[in-house]
Amino acid sequence: MPSDSRAPLIEIEGLTKRFGAFTAVDNVSFTVARGEVLGFLGPNGAGKSTTMRMLAGFVTPTSGTARICGHDVQTDSVAARRTLGFLPEGAPTYPEMTVEAFLAFVAAIRGYGGKEAARRIARAIDLTTLAGVRMQPVETLSKGFKRRVGLAQALLHDPPVLVLDEPTDGLDPNQKHEVRALIQQMAPEKAIVISTHILEEVGAICTRAIIIARGTVLADETPAELEKRHPSGRLDDVFRAITQPAPKAA
Amino acid sequence: MRNTFIVARRELGGYFATPVAVVFIVIFLALQGVLTFNLGNFFDRNQADLAPFFNFVPWVFLLLVPAITMRLWAEERRLGTIELLLTLPITQGEAVVGKFLAAWAFCAIALALTFPFVLTVNFLGQPDNGVIATGYLGALLVAGAFLSIGSALSAATKNQVIAFVLAVAVCFLFAVASYPLVTDFLSKTVPTLAEVARRLSVAERFQGFTRGVISLRDLIYFASFIGFWLYLNTVIVEHRKAD
Repeated sequence: MPSDSRAPLIEIEGLTKRFGAFTAVDNVSFTVARGEVLGFLGPNGAGKSTTMRMLAGFVTPTSGTARICGHDVQTDSVAARRTLGFLPEGAPTYPEMTVEAFLAFVAAIRGYGGKEAARRIARAIDLTTLAGVRMQPVETLSKGFKRRVGLAQALLHDPPVLVLDEPTDGLDPNQKHEVRALIQQMAPEKAIVISTHILEEVGAICTRAIIIARGTVLADETPAELEKRHPSGRLDDVFRAITQPAPKAA
Repeated sequence: MRNTFIVARRELGGYFATPVAVVFIVIFLALQGVLTFNLGNFFDRNQADLAPFFNFVPWVFLLLVPAITMRLWAEERRLGTIELLLTLPITQGEAVVGKFLAAWAFCAIALALTFPFVLTVNFLGQPDNGVIATGYLGALLVAGAFLSIGSALSAATKNQVIAFVLAVAVCFLFAVASYPLVTDFLSKTVPTLAEVARRLSVAERFQGFTRGVISLRDLIYFASFIGFWLYLNTVIVEHRKAD
């Protein structure tokens, strides 16, 4: 299956996660094919991060499963994670390590050594414009730089699948533009899922958008189709209409 | 196996990138020095051995080892880096063993830096250096046993203080299990448990090493002790990682 280029790179089937009585993610299913950039939208606490964590094999689903490049994230977890670049929520990194040492650690874990590792680290640093801070400990960096270190880590092995939890959060407008350009540039040969609260981003870079609230998928269509759902044609209004049903019911 | 060493190398580097390493080693050496030379009557005993030194090692480790292990997993969970580490293509077992090995290597470095004690006793007399060597091996195994307890308990909480206190308490239980305080009480109430407690005691197992005896039983004891707690560690990480 992994060799079949037409099969979706990400397949999620009936993914459900319950924490005690609370259902964080309720029977979510979708697929993402090569060349797609999926925008994952929803209010805070809607289950976006939990879904992404299950996809990355960090949270064990209560039921359902997910496959990345044909590898089941639970039964074939390490193989699935080899083909995945994951940016966790908040872009955590080891604070005492320098940018270069951190990327060298990730490169080593990803199985690269010597010149190959150096080449990949240089490329990741170049893609995320981190060259100026490569020898600085991560804890001394601003929020935007930390986010880009997390992004560099996810891109290091040039994975076919990218799952990025709020990749542009905390970046200034110029940096946001750069990251969006980077995602668009990589889009044709990858399957990419990004979660975001910035709706203009969806129109700018996503080929498809999923709106999730209270753990359930409420919409799964192209940004253009979504915009038609509200008379104003603005994603903001569509988002509000879908995620808070009848706020001022007369 | 390769991944285990990469994780261990990163972790060990982390100790030396922060003041943790220096503070730990200085306090460890100072405590061992004071205890051996003052409380242990190293000079008055007039014997060329390191018995006073090794008598205090488990107690110093009891206090200091949990200080190393408290951050092992609690810190990863607090910073969120656990999500990064465990979504890299490594197994949880590799991560657990890698972190444990880093902490153990660090203890070995601290122990190695007590070499002036060995030089001193060799300068003053003719000690049996074989007994000293087995003593060091025993001390390293005691450190490993306490580290495995501390590491597992660190995975159970995000709070480093709780991880520290829990680890000291549990290590203390295993250290004093063979002491009259415990065995007398148990033999009066549940006699069968008294024997079990004595056999499970880390201090009791360490005694053989300080007398120059390496028995297969003791080695198996330490291996299974560490193995058990690391297995528990993996289970706790699996269960609590995303909380």
